[in-house]
Formats: sequence, C-alpha cells, structure tokens
Amino acid sequence: MRSPLVPEMATQEVQLNETLSHLKTESETLKTKLEEERAKLHDVELHQVAEKVDGLGQFVMKTRRTLKGHGNKVLCMDWCKDKRRIVSSSQDGKVIVWDAFTTNKEHAVTMPCTWVMACAYAPSGCAVACGGLDNKCSVYPLSLDKNENLAAKKKSVAMHTNYLSACSFTNSDMQILTSSGDGTCALWDVESGQLLQSFHGHAADVLCLDLAPSETGNTFVSGGCDKKANVWDMRSGQCIQSFETHESDINSVRYYPSGDAFASGSDDATCRLYDLRADREVAIYSKESIIFGVSSVDFSLSGRLLFGGYNDYTINVWDVLKGTRVSILFGHENRVSTLRVSPDGTAFCSGSWDHTLRVWA
Amino acid sequence: MTIRTVRPNRVQHFRPRTHCFKKLEAMVVEMQDPNSGVKGSEQKLNVNTIPHVITGEDVIAWITTKMKTTPEEVQAFGTMLVAYGYIYPLQNHKKLVMCNDTSLYRFQTPYFWPTQNWVAEDSDYAIYLAKRNIRKKGMLEPYEQAHYNHLHDWLNHKWDFIVMQATEQYRAGKERKKPDRVVFDCQERAYWIVNRPPPRTHSAMDTGPERLIDPTADEKITFDAYRRMNLFYQQAIMRSKVKSSVSLGALAKYVTTYKNHDPFLAPCLPSNPWQTDNDTYWTYNMRRVDVPTKMRVERWSFSLFELLSDLRGRDDFKVFLKKEFSGENLAFWEAAEELKWGTASSMPSKAETIFKTFLVPGAPRWINIDGRTMGLTVKGLDHPHRYVLEAAQTHVFLLMKKDTFFRYLKSPVYKDSQKKALNPESHSFSPAQLEQNAQNRSPGIHPIILWQQEEEEKAKAAVASAPVDIKAMMSKIDRKK
Repeated sequence: MRSPLVPEMATQEVQLNETLSHLKTESETLKTKLEEERAKLHDVELHQVAEKVDGLGQFVMKTRRTLKGHGNKVLCMDWCKDKRRIVSSSQDGKVIVWDAFTTNKEHAVTMPCTWVMACAYAPSGCAVACGGLDNKCSVYPLSLDKNENLAAKKKSVAMHTNYLSACSFTNSDMQILTSSGDGTCALWDVESGQLLQSFHGHAADVLCLDLAPSETGNTFVSGGCDKKANVWDMRSGQCIQSFETHESDINSVRYYPSGDAFASGSDDATCRLYDLRADREVAIYSKESIIFGVSSVDFSLSGRLLFGGYNDYTINVWDVLKGTRVSILFGHENRVSTLRVSPDGTAFCSGSWDHTLRVWA
Repeated sequence: MTIRTVRPNRVQHFRPRTHCFKKLEAMVVEMQDPNSGVKGSEQKLNVNTIPHVITGEDVIAWITTKMKTTPEEVQAFGTMLVAYGYIYPLQNHKKLVMCNDTSLYRFQTPYFWPTQNWVAEDSDYAIYLAKRNIRKKGMLEPYEQAHYNHLHDWLNHKWDFIVMQATEQYRAGKERKKPDRVVFDCQERAYWIVNRPPPRTHSAMDTGPERLIDPTADEKITFDAYRRMNLFYQQAIMRSKVKSSVSLGALAKYVTTYKNHDPFLAPCLPSNPWQTDNDTYWTYNMRRVDVPTKMRVERWSFSLFELLSDLRGRDDFKVFLKKEFSGENLAFWEAAEELKWGTASSMPSKAETIFKTFLVPGAPRWINIDGRTMGLTVKGLDHPHRYVLEAAQTHVFLLMKKDTFFRYLKSPVYKDSQKKALNPESHSFSPAQLEQNAQNRSPGIHPIILWQQEEEEKAKAAVASAPVDIKAMMSKIDRKK
C-alpha cells in the first residue's frame, strides 16, 4: 500500500463517522415522526369500541381427546383441511399423522434428526412437511397403503443454514414458506426445491410465521428473538410493516380471521394484538398472576376468543375485544408448546412437552 | 444417524424462556421474609432434623393471598417454582410439582438458582456423579449410571481433574457438621434433578435447543443498516393509515357478523362432533353436498372472499354466472390463482394458455379489463413470472366484488339456495347414547380419496367448459359430408 493513501483513508474514515452519526440522528427523527403520525389516528381504544359488544357467557371447555403415542416432547402440530386429522412432530424425530376424531394413528415417519420443531399439513391432505435441527424442510407424500415406507418418497425442499423453526404451505401443495434460526424466512417451490424468495430483516432467530387469510394472499407475518413482528410482501421480499413492543422473544404469531390484524405471544408473558390498518399495537392480554411465557396463540373462528398455550402448563382463553381472561384450562403436565384451532373452529388442539396432544371443545 | 448442527462456541448460552427469572426471584425472596413470608418449621426426616421446612398448602395459601387468584392457578404457579428449582420437594423428590397438601418443601439456596449466565456444565455433573460414587459405590440410579458412563467416555481427557475435584469436594463435605451436610446434599441433589432430569420428570430447565443470537446484545448497526432503516421509516410514514375508530370498528363488526358461526360461541347444528362423537355436522358440510346447510349459505353472503373460498359456494356462483353468460371473469381469476400457486416449471405453459384463452384480442373467453391493465399484463407475459397477472386479477376480483357479487345475492339462484338449505335439528343424546357414539366413531373418508375425486371432477368440468373450436367442428361436418 502506498503511504500517500493513508492520510486520505484517515479523512475518509472521519467523514464516514460523521455520516454515521448523521444517519443515526436522522433515524431517530424519522422514528419519532412515525410515532406522531400513528398517534394522530389514535382516536379510540379497543375496549371502548368493545363496550357496545355483548359480554361472553360462561364457557365449558373440556379435553375431548387425548392423543398418546409420542415417546417424547410434542413440539408442533397442524390440522388437515378435513377438520379431523392432524400431524404432530416431536423431540425424538417422530412425525405422526392421526385421525384425532377416532384417535387412530394413521402414519408415522422417523426423521433423521431430533427436535422436529416444525410440521405442516398440505392443503390437499395428501402430504406433510416437517423439519427442525436438520436445517431442512422435507415433504412426505402420504399414502393410502399403511405399510408403505413414506421415507422412501421424501423430498427435501428447503435448506437453511440453521434450525428450521416453522413451516407452512401456501394456498397449494406447491409452495412452502419457512422460517429459521438463521434469522431469515424463505419461500420455496416444492417440486424443484428452488428458492423463490428470501426475507431478510430480523436481527435474530425467527421463531414463527403465519400467512394472511386475505383474497390477495400475498403477505405473511413473522416473529423473532429480536422482539420484532414483521409483515412481509411475498412478491418483493420487502418488509412492509414492523412492530417492536414485546419485551422478549416472540414465540407465535397468528392473523385475525379478517386478515386486518394479528396476535402475538411472547416469553414476556403477554399476548398482544396489532392493527395492520392503523399500524399499531391495540391490545395487551396480560395479568399480574401470569408471568410465564406464551408459546403459541390462535383465534377462534369469529376472532372473539384468543387461545394461548403457556409455559406454566396452562391454556388461557382471552376475550379479544374486551381484553379480559375468560377461562383458564388445566390438564397438561408440562409446557404447552403448540396450539391450533381446527379449520372449522369446532375445537382446538394443544401439544405439550408431556408427550401428549389434547383436543378441547 | 442424528444430525446435529455445528453451533458457534460462545461463552454465553442463550437459553429461551428466561424472561421470567427476575419476577420469580423477587417473589421467592418475598416468600422467605422472616416476618411476612411463608412460615417454616423443623422437620424430622429419617434420622436428621431439617430446618426451614415448608408445606405445600402453606405456600399455596401465601401465594393465593398475594396474587388474589384461585388456588388452581396458584398451584400451577407453585409447580413452576418447583420445576425451575427455586423450591424443592423433600419427599418424592423426582416429581417436580407443588401439591396443595402437607407435602414438605424447602427453599433452594440462591447459589443453585437458575440464571441465564451460568449453565449447569457436563463437567460439573461428572464431578457430582463421581463424588457420589466415591461416597458409596452402586449408589447411582440407572439413568445416572448411564450419564456417568457417557461422560466418562467423552470427558475422558479431563477425567483425572474430575476425580480430583470430586475427591476434594467429598473431603470438604465430611468436615461439615452432619445437619449442614444433609441439607447441602438435599440442595445439590435437587439442583441436579432440575438440570439433568430423570426420565419422566418434567423440569423447566430442560430447555431444548438454544437461541443462536444473543437477544440482549446491542445490535451493531452499520451504515447500510441505518440507510435501510431510514428508507423503511420514510415508507412507513408515507403509507396510508386508517383511524383507529374505523379499523377497530371493523374488527368488532367482523366478530359480530361471525358470532353465530363460531362453534365456541354458538352451538353447531346438529351437534359439535367433538362433544357428541357424532360427525353428522361434517357430513352435512362436505365439499360436494346437494343441499348445503342454512348457516353455510348465510356465510356465502358475508363477502366474495367467503363465497369463493367455500368451493360449494363457488359452484353456486358459477351456476349464477352461467345464466348471466359472464363466467369468464371467474374463470380468469381461477386460472390466475393456479398460476400463482402452481409449480415454477408449469408457469410458462400456464401463462401462454391464459393469454390465448383470456387476453388476446378475439380470445374465446376474452375478459373485459381497462386498456392500461391489459397493456401492462400483455407486456409482462413476454417474461412471465408468478405475479404477472396480479394487476389483472385484482381488477377482475374488484369487478366481481363490487358488482357481480351483489347481483348474485339478489338473484333467484341464491334465493333458491337459501330456501332449499338444510336446517338440522339439534341433537339431544342421552348419556347412554353418548357412550354408544363414543364406541362407534365413524372413520370418515380419507382426504387422499376426496382429493382424487375432486381432481376427477375438475378435469370433467374443464372438458365440459372448454371453448368450442368452431373450425374443427366445421371441418368434421365437412368431412362427414
């Protein structure tokens, strides 16, 4: 390196530092301006709107089915569109497809890795996807023949550089959306394994995702260990909205049935509701007595109830509009790790580290 | 073969679910307050007298008063205190639950509290097991013996050090007074049950895979990152937002609209299959029923999205459109959906078919969209990508939503569906009948079979609605002549 360059580089570095601090101030100004814009439209609170809505009656929710068969912690589950079958995955690498109505096990696959943290049922009901510590998402076509070895037809679709935390099919069996501990989400073409779009923006592990139930179906929300919930445009890969109000990891995100809002559950023991059109957080579901984190959340069909599975082995049911807790359900003997409402809203299923799944109605 | 990821070697371990530690510690400190905390007493256990022993029911009573909630909820909270290792049971020490009775517990010494900063290392565990082995051979339980053997293998290079530490600790232990030694042994045993739980013990420190990135470390924000952030903020400020009264009002309205359709809020007719073990509700609501239920038909009227999402509703809509000779919009929308969600390899051929069928001037099912959108779409089809039809599809959907949908709802087709719709009586099963139902749960039809049926029907429908090729027909007639 020629020595005359060195003093030039030194001045460049000084210029860079000045511009960096300049950018930082600009960033803070912009952030304040965004908050101001949001505040201008903040003309009413959710519980005020909820005053006009009838209160809820008493609920009797019981365990209607207990699915025993996993030899280890149940980590994830998903419903089939037929409203009665589910797929579940566990720590020991087993993925089981059940007819939850009859409690029969229909298929079982042993993955070559432990901690299968994500699983999903294909919209057609003909395949399941799963993955975890193997950093991949694989698709297994299901078969009517009970003796067929499903692992033989396995297709590797997604490849991340770290653990797979969540996966979901889009509106067809042909595309899968994944999120990973490597901080990214990605959209894949199942047939070819091609990466269609990647989504960068989280500063830490991404733990969960959910696709928007809208007529355009072009957005999804993801939550991560950086305490942020990001809304993404699937076409461009851009983050279009971001919310950072949680105090710890966001373990679960789920859209409100209308697609105009979403709920999140976090290790800070709160569930929160975010309004996408007003671009802000509109409700916090918490209690002094609840201090253990939420692992997963889901809405009932009308969006009136929010079910949350918690790390203290309980399930809390919240009135979304009024912000109060409606019911607390006991039964699991270890943390509730996954919770999904069935496609027609007739029941919800919770999976737990106590090796069982329970269907409640 | 088990695949394990290669994780970076970090001094810190970022375990999940540790956000509750601060509040838990504060609570535990309060519980041990000599004046206002939980009252402890001395208990004789075997030969020894152990100080500061508390009962489960005292703990639960104290927390119930403090938190002002129900004993069941408090019991769950108490179980978590035991599962995390802040309180440990003296009897039945492998079951980490809080029992609301005279079961005996003790507060764990802060040295053994769980923290984010200090992980229970394998070498520490090896020292603990070795120490127990020194004290009395054959004292280890089978699961501990298995751990010991495994650690002996992979920590073999450190084994001399481990044995040395174990011997030192054993000697130091012998010099303590017997009561103190007993208490310390209890504490240490409790710590290891929480951090290396025996089979069938549920411990909260059994955390699973760790987080990769330190969530508490300050993000080093680079020049580019600031630029991107600022761009994002600018776009966010520019984006149109809606007043809360409007958007929250819409959320409340959605709830009210769907209230009677939510099985948790209003009863399913005839009955919820999960509650009565009778799946008639599902049979009535299958994809291809001749007569849909009243609730289903009502739901179609909520929005075009609902109508199209329910394939039975879509069929009904198609019947209406056929009568109006305006089926091409929906056909285009369906074809565009298939393009968007189809395989990457099928895109070029699908795009071409769509162009020939719907967009080219004089096409058999030409859709009537504005010139600008048509121009953009046709241009985009030169290099077709997944979202090339987005603009056209949105335009067509809005057309249907604002005009066709409302005409459908007023049409004889829809009114006919409403009139003929099934309104099942609510089931009322006696307990004996419910028992019977539970024995005879129907297996239903496998989704794979339903899917195959659906594909067959779709193929038939495609053939039936394919535009007639006039020229081919004419040449056939000519040849016959």
